[in-house]
Amino acid sequence: MTDYTPTEFMITLSARALAGERIVFVGVGLPNIACNLAQRTVAPDLELVYESGVFGARPSRLPLSIGDPTLISGATLVCSQADLFMNYLQAGRVEAAFLGAAQIDRFGNLNSTVIGNYSKPKVRLPGSGGACEIAIHAQKIFMILRLKKRAFVERLDFCTSPGHLKGDKRERVALDIPGAGPQLVVTDMAVFGFDKESGEMTLNSLRPGVTVEQVQSEVSWSLKISKDLKNAEPPTAEELRIIRQDLDPQGIVNQ
Amino acid sequence: MKVLSMHDAIAKYIHDGETIAIEGFTAFICFAAAHEIIRQGRRDLTLCRMTPDMIYDQMVAVGCARKLVFSYMGNPGVGPLFCIRRAVEKGIPKPLEIEEYSHFGSICRYTAGAARLPFFPLRSFVGADLAKVNPNIKFVENPYGEGRIAVVPPLNPDVTIIHAQRADTNGNTQIWGILGVQKEAAFAAKRVIVVVEEIVDESVIRNDPNRTIIPSMVVDAVVHQPYGAHPSYVQGYYDRDNLAYLEWDRISQDEATTKAWLEEWVYGVKDWASYLAKLEKKEKDIWIRLAPGNAPSQPVNYGLYS
Repeated sequence: MTDYTPTEFMITLSARALAGERIVFVGVGLPNIACNLAQRTVAPDLELVYESGVFGARPSRLPLSIGDPTLISGATLVCSQADLFMNYLQAGRVEAAFLGAAQIDRFGNLNSTVIGNYSKPKVRLPGSGGACEIAIHAQKIFMILRLKKRAFVERLDFCTSPGHLKGDKRERVALDIPGAGPQLVVTDMAVFGFDKESGEMTLNSLRPGVTVEQVQSEVSWSLKISKDLKNAEPPTAEELRIIRQDLDPQGIVNQ
Repeated sequence: MKVLSMHDAIAKYIHDGETIAIEGFTAFICFAAAHEIIRQGRRDLTLCRMTPDMIYDQMVAVGCARKLVFSYMGNPGVGPLFCIRRAVEKGIPKPLEIEEYSHFGSICRYTAGAARLPFFPLRSFVGADLAKVNPNIKFVENPYGEGRIAVVPPLNPDVTIIHAQRADTNGNTQIWGILGVQKEAAFAAKRVIVVVEEIVDESVIRNDPNRTIIPSMVVDAVVHQPYGAHPSYVQGYYDRDNLAYLEWDRISQDEATTKAWLEEWVYGVKDWASYLAKLEKKEKDIWIRLAPGNAPSQPVNYGLYS
């Protein structure tokens, strides 16, 4: 078996989740490299959409931000952000999207706005950007974040982006939220899904070598564990080659 | 003929207490204008930008701003904005009021402002907390069917500053690359300053009218300022100076190093030409490092109908 880093585990497992998807809304950092890996492996027809107004990007280097000029050259289409948010995202034409956050709760609701009180913040985080409307409109939401107790919290300090709310599916319907919400949380230690009935995050697979106890110790609530809990398939030699040689040769993201 | 120097454009069109939008999503961020505003000592500005970026971090650090209107308070691809954080968390150098939206919310505000609409509807904010802390985000009954929909008010800056590749001397402006909210922000404003890499003959504009994003009609001043977006970028002209963004990440973490940098690079130079000269002295080959390769589009035939 080839050696891999926890970050490479996250990138690879996120990329595999895109098998069969066609239109993905890409964030910068890990989601970006994961989507590019997916395009070269499980989803060759994947169209990369960026909130800067780019559809069908074919970046020839690893983009340093979602507004990197490499996203423009060679793209299918570049439009205004009004066009992108209204006619692509709000119209329901984005199938999958990746989101990160500083805090996540058991129903996949996300906080990227503030730690502490909004008007007297302990730490002021970036805020929504497009995350709130992405969480509402993309058909499926995938999350990538590192497993840490201070991130996997019982109660968010602020809800930036709605997930499965309090778990009752009727709530999203009542609020007219069209997307299906959070589907998957990929972390450096484990991968979680969401229970179809209760909307609750469920431990689906472990990074080989990691125990359930280790995962539980980094989650603030009593974790629901899948009956089919298994070890995740580690990154293959080919996936690692693409990440290390083609996508991120300077190790900017993959540290 | 609307061409002015940067000094004169800022002196003439930007006043204390006004609402200013220097837009550009990662690309086309006009640092040349921001530094001139800082040098001219404007105060109590309300600064609007979807992503305040390093440019507003610097303006907040010197105390230009009373209020910040935004939707993503980060240094894109790098990290937090430490000066804005200090102002919000600790009131350094002075307290900063914030008014926060999502990106889609900001886009809709400019769109309503540009079209002189009283509000703009969007499907967002439900199930989230932002509308609870920003009373300007409201929900109204759908007048044609069931349910409620979020609305945001128009944003009409006193002045919008747009950086672009080229314009003619009257301000007909062509942009390619990330279009962002450039058009909406310009049409929404009471006054518009366009800053360009090149001033071109009117015939260049007329040969490619589909690329004209902002017409002379809404432009008050045209400033010719090559490399005026550094360390941001201009598609096809120069790449983003990511090293400078990373450097700011280090400098801005400390109040004293922030001040020293602003003294040296903003107050310590008389204009953008001096800034560029200083930059080239620091790194002789900077424009070689930031030069993009060539990827021209195929010319199209508009046809001649006479």
